[in-house]
Amino acid sequence: MARKDHASKDSTAKVDRRKFLKGVAVAGAAGAVTPQAANAASTSGAATARIPSALPPTAWTIAAETNTPQKDLNRIGGVAGSDFMVDVIRTLDIKYLPSNCASSFRGLHESLINYGNNKMPEFLTVTHEEIGVAMGHGYFKIAGKPMMTLCHGTVGTQHAAMAIYNAWCDRVPVIVVGGNDLDAAIRPPGVPTVHSAQDINALVRDFTKWDDTPVSLQHFAQSFVRAYKIAMTPPHGPVMISLDAGLQQAPVGPSNGEKLYIPKYTPTSPPAGEMGAVREAAKLLAEAQNPVIAVSRAARTENGVRLLVQLAEALQARVIDTGERMNFPKTHHLSAGLPAVANADVILGMEMNDFWALVNQYVDNGSHGHGFNQQRMKAGTKLISISSVELNTKANYQDFQRFQAVDIAMAADAEATLPVLIEEVKRAIGNDKKAAIEKRGEAAKKAHAEAQVRARQAAAIAWDAQPISTARLSAEIWAQIKDLDWSLVAQSGNVSGWPHRLWKMEKHHHWLGQSGGYGLGYGAGAAVGAALANRDLGRFSVSIQGDGDLMYVPGALWTAAKHKIPLLSVMHNNRGYHQELMHVQRLSSFRNRVASLGGDIGPIGTSIMNPDIDYAKLAQSMGWWAKGPIKDPADLGPALKEAVAAVKSGQPALLDVWTQPR
Amino acid sequence: MSRKVFSLVLAALAAGAAVLVHSAAFAADVKKGKDAFMKFGCWQCHGTEGQGSAITSAGKVLAPDPMPLETFVAYVRSSDRAMPPYSEKVLSNEDLADMHAYLASIPKAKDYKSIPLLNQ
Repeated sequence: MARKDHASKDSTAKVDRRKFLKGVAVAGAAGAVTPQAANAASTSGAATARIPSALPPTAWTIAAETNTPQKDLNRIGGVAGSDFMVDVIRTLDIKYLPSNCASSFRGLHESLINYGNNKMPEFLTVTHEEIGVAMGHGYFKIAGKPMMTLCHGTVGTQHAAMAIYNAWCDRVPVIVVGGNDLDAAIRPPGVPTVHSAQDINALVRDFTKWDDTPVSLQHFAQSFVRAYKIAMTPPHGPVMISLDAGLQQAPVGPSNGEKLYIPKYTPTSPPAGEMGAVREAAKLLAEAQNPVIAVSRAARTENGVRLLVQLAEALQARVIDTGERMNFPKTHHLSAGLPAVANADVILGMEMNDFWALVNQYVDNGSHGHGFNQQRMKAGTKLISISSVELNTKANYQDFQRFQAVDIAMAADAEATLPVLIEEVKRAIGNDKKAAIEKRGEAAKKAHAEAQVRARQAAAIAWDAQPISTARLSAEIWAQIKDLDWSLVAQSGNVSGWPHRLWKMEKHHHWLGQSGGYGLGYGAGAAVGAALANRDLGRFSVSIQGDGDLMYVPGALWTAAKHKIPLLSVMHNNRGYHQELMHVQRLSSFRNRVASLGGDIGPIGTSIMNPDIDYAKLAQSMGWWAKGPIKDPADLGPALKEAVAAVKSGQPALLDVWTQPR
Repeated sequence: MSRKVFSLVLAALAAGAAVLVHSAAFAADVKKGKDAFMKFGCWQCHGTEGQGSAITSAGKVLAPDPMPLETFVAYVRSSDRAMPPYSEKVLSNEDLADMHAYLASIPKAKDYKSIPLLNQ
């Protein structure tokens, strides 16, 4: 992706190739463009007023054109525009910038590492744009603030697209900046031109919250702060800025006669539910015989978890956490599974990923080869929805899922609405209800205790199986991390929910949820990004890493080693694309045919075997501590102990484990 | 068991005698049953030891106490739940009987209380 330097080969200082800055190249602008407090700043090198292009050349221009060139002459002819961009970025407390280098953002790249000294943000090297975005995805879910990543024009943005879609579906902010060389008359021909487009943002516009193409430095400052603000307002989401290569390389100059400034960032308060609707919902919940609360991304923070516990306890309502975040402690007696829907008379769904699928199910076994629908809830059950996603729905991609009619709908952020909802619920609960609520709680305690016993007994089945059962895998990992401040940063592949059933999953950082868009290649990158955030907090990160997911982006391993990011990655190596394996098996049965295996254990095209991939060697080759494959369950505990010790010493460590399919 | 499945099972029980007669005509083979369990993809959802998975619903396992053979056969032939039905053309009664023998041969799981890792 290297691109030839298209700067003039003579030593004459160049003014901006774009005519809008004509005549105002500022010679020798003294050093940095420093933002002022509260990210309001002016640029030290900028002229203070518009200077007509007809003015005579300045003394510096005359000197530049007539004197003998000096060896250290700055060809840019002033402060680089991308230095100002670094100043803008720095006001937003962005700590890391994982990117794959490219010519279309060489100006900003150079400013970041030389002018910005590679701090705030620190440039991290990734081997694929999908990894950079996925790192930002995982990082946010721990740090609560976004990363920025740079992509190269057409190719980089297309590489990044699936990861951006995952972030969109999972309501996670990532600041994506794509380099793009717009000026067809000046940009180098050949590869850089192929890598340019009129509008690179169009590639991802359907699944970003906002995008822009700034055409001046002042425009960039406004766009960048606006992009950050939009990304960070719930519902969160990725944003995209197309950054012209020429703008990065141009010198700082006045904009419409005004000094450059950096707009102040003020976080936008998340929208809370309208009081009338909140009171109506509270009344329904308080009067219900069997209220159930369902949550997907309701808790954005640890405080969200606490608030959910308060609401559930006020009602003694069982809580179904569908797992897109750690919303509700699994150890709490009100934690419940999907069957709780069946007896509910009121269901409150908050930030639901798929409300339809909560109260219905789709069985892929209809007589005509299509699935059929069945309702889980009983007739007459009242439904309440609180979801900020209603404020940000687009048409093309179908992440909004099937339409579910409800009785009360609030287009509002759940966590922001919870404090007032809790108060209104408490107010609405009459004295005549308190005995029934207490009784409901006692029944929930009994049901929860019984479910705990059932889960453990189910885990004991196939305890010594080879390949190793996912229950055994989860129990062995738990034994090694339970006394640490731990975080399950990713789980790619399906392990039948065993960590949620066996681990004491109680805090928001204990579980970060899945990819959102179900795109393979999320797990490895997101785990590294989240582990980076956890490294800064002194927290232990563990990932259950699917084999199919890792093979999309094995380069993520190298980035973790390169930047010394400790992470325990335990492979759930079932040697196949298991979801698809079952689909082909299903269609074979529907068509009354025996699925052809072709010498593998799954239908042709669904296995990752023959040859088996040696993931330990793969990881070792990229600087990881690694061991495996572990096939005997008796070997798993001791190997995990070694791996945990390696991670504690600051290394990433991978343990390859041959596992049951799910 | 849903009402529809139950009725299918009842219907299949009518034909069950024939199945049983047929199965009685040969000795079910545990080894062959395990091979068939793998070959026909049963392990994909149920696990190689019939332990179940997320896809088979929590708590529902095939082993070590599989449902009676005739019910087992009826369900495999007529499932209208997550599992697709398998016809006799794809999966013979003999294969099913072998599979059933395999599932029945799997030792009962230990009491979880005797496994330290499940009592953490």
